[in-house]
Amino acid sequence: MTGYIARRLTFAVVLVFAVSSASLMLARFAPGDYVTESLGVNARRAAVDAARARYGLNRTFGEQYRDWLVGALHLDFGRSMQYDRPVADLIPERAVNTGILAFSALAVATLIGLPLGVVTGTRRRGIVPAAIRAASLVLLSMPPLLTSLFLVFVAAKSGWLPVGGMTSSGGEGLLRHMIVPVAALALPLVAMFERLQSQAMSETIGQPYVVATFGRGVPLSRVIWRDALKNALRPIASIYGLVVGTLLSGSFAVETVTAWPGLGQLMLGALRARDVYLVAGCAAAGSVFLAIGTLMSDAALAMVDPRTAD
Amino acid sequence: MRALGLTLLAVIVAAAVAAPIAAPYAIDQPFRGLLNAPPTLPHVRDDSGSWRAPFIYPWTLTNQLEQRYEQDRTVIVPLRWFSDGHLVSSSDDGHVPLLLLGADSYGRDVFSRLVHGARLSLALAVAAAAGALILGALVGGIAGYAGGVLDDLLMRGSDFVIVLPAMYIALALRSAMKLVLPPFEVFALLAGIFAVVGAPFLARGVRAIVRSEKQLDYAAAASSLGASHARLLLRHLLPAARGFLGVEITMLIPAFIVGEATLSYVGLGFPDPVASWGTMLHDASSIRAFSDFPWLLSPAAAMFLLVLGLNLVVQHAGVAPVYNDTDGSPRRLRANSDTLRS
Repeated sequence: MTGYIARRLTFAVVLVFAVSSASLMLARFAPGDYVTESLGVNARRAAVDAARARYGLNRTFGEQYRDWLVGALHLDFGRSMQYDRPVADLIPERAVNTGILAFSALAVATLIGLPLGVVTGTRRRGIVPAAIRAASLVLLSMPPLLTSLFLVFVAAKSGWLPVGGMTSSGGEGLLRHMIVPVAALALPLVAMFERLQSQAMSETIGQPYVVATFGRGVPLSRVIWRDALKNALRPIASIYGLVVGTLLSGSFAVETVTAWPGLGQLMLGALRARDVYLVAGCAAAGSVFLAIGTLMSDAALAMVDPRTAD
Repeated sequence: MRALGLTLLAVIVAAAVAAPIAAPYAIDQPFRGLLNAPPTLPHVRDDSGSWRAPFIYPWTLTNQLEQRYEQDRTVIVPLRWFSDGHLVSSSDDGHVPLLLLGADSYGRDVFSRLVHGARLSLALAVAAAAGALILGALVGGIAGYAGGVLDDLLMRGSDFVIVLPAMYIALALRSAMKLVLPPFEVFALLAGIFAVVGAPFLARGVRAIVRSEKQLDYAAAASSLGASHARLLLRHLLPAARGFLGVEITMLIPAFIVGEATLSYVGLGFPDPVASWGTMLHDASSIRAFSDFPWLLSPAAAMFLLVLGLNLVVQHAGVAPVYNDTDGSPRRLRANSDTLRS
């Protein structure tokens, strides 16, 4: 078990390191840099050189990378040129915003999708399971970009819910602002969890031990929700890690459509402005999320199915 | 249900293929007085209640500032069929164009842009899927065939790409190029990025298939007849993965379409006035468009119908439906978690 955790942790560290290094390199070797993007093409040569020297962009990539690495070991991730603030200050608040979105969506999707999947997986006939299946199929065809466009459209048209941003001057709270983006992110995931759980349930329910338990006189609902469910959790537990990656990508689309000030927005702006350290910082934060996600998934899987950890 | 799915797909593909005929106007033809004009629905009965051949009523601008239009019920403009190489257009194209899905903020016909956009979006997705297919089959085939260190390396690399948030990679790779590129370069670049991001999913499955097929007698027979490694892999082992690849490709395509849409939506896709579903959504990206000009969201509806069609077809082929990621990386549902963990 210890070896298993150590292996996963090593993978996480390598992931964060590789992703942030690669994005620093990509951003650095992209055509144009922060100075040309911010001063424009007509800037005087001297001004450009002065600005480059100020931001340390006149060094070779090797020197820049070495300094950045040494700094990163001391938790100093450089200074954002765009905001003129340390990257380490900027990232956390945005990362928290994305985290709020992603983890609420994950929680909502699990709480709704899982029970629905149990219902459709254990009952073949009936109006309710058929309706759930149909709804799932529709939602599966709507990735977060589409759900967020659709929900923003409904919210803007009806005026029921605030659209855009996290808070508004009217004093409307975070909670009401969260409804549209979280729903947009969660809905496709609900459908995905429902389908997955449904499949797992219908496979489990046919197994001899389930039939035997039922035959012993244990009530059906207890067999389904206690005995069968436990064993049918494995597929969902094992995709949790991948889902976090999906959520990050999906939240990028949702953040853009609903103007949610998250990591995706910050990174997009940084990429456009060629703000190299901020790009690397955002990428690192994103991969930390992923690492947490994979670790969570591994922990969940080890809990559901102890054989995995061997 | 499967028939419904196939019909949806057939209609969309046919519209895309026949775009120059199906679209009444060019993608960049602006109608000056009709910015954000609502759809002109074809009518077959006029106000006096008598039946006529399909016709439209012209829009008159009633509020310049808010871009509100009113139907002029006194003028009847008949439709014109099969002329100038277009299926249908208005008989007064200069002043009263047929706007089946309204006009965008430049006064361009949304329907024409939608069918031309379907062409570009679908072509990009198919090209990217073909790239992913070749790359994935090669990487997976070689890994499964060679085994050992090479297998380890290739599969670790694939796992790494799978675990990364695909949207962020696509974004970073796209931004590593100039922000505004000519359409052809954008096409090649996006297809390349999507192929790289999508290939690992294929590679994993192909590797597993090739590994197990390699043990079978027919592989031994082929190699004892003197087939070279390359021939054995390409002619004998990879064809065994055909079914798997076929299913995977149908799932990659919608993911790539949504990926293009997302990148174009944030302004890193095709430049204006090129019409793709993503650039059209980009033009619709304001709250105003959502509430007052909903016809600008028709590319989103088209995307939904396309993915729904694919899901209906795939689901009834006995495979779990797709889950899309918005971003060019498909995350397929797999009941069998072992494929994810092995």
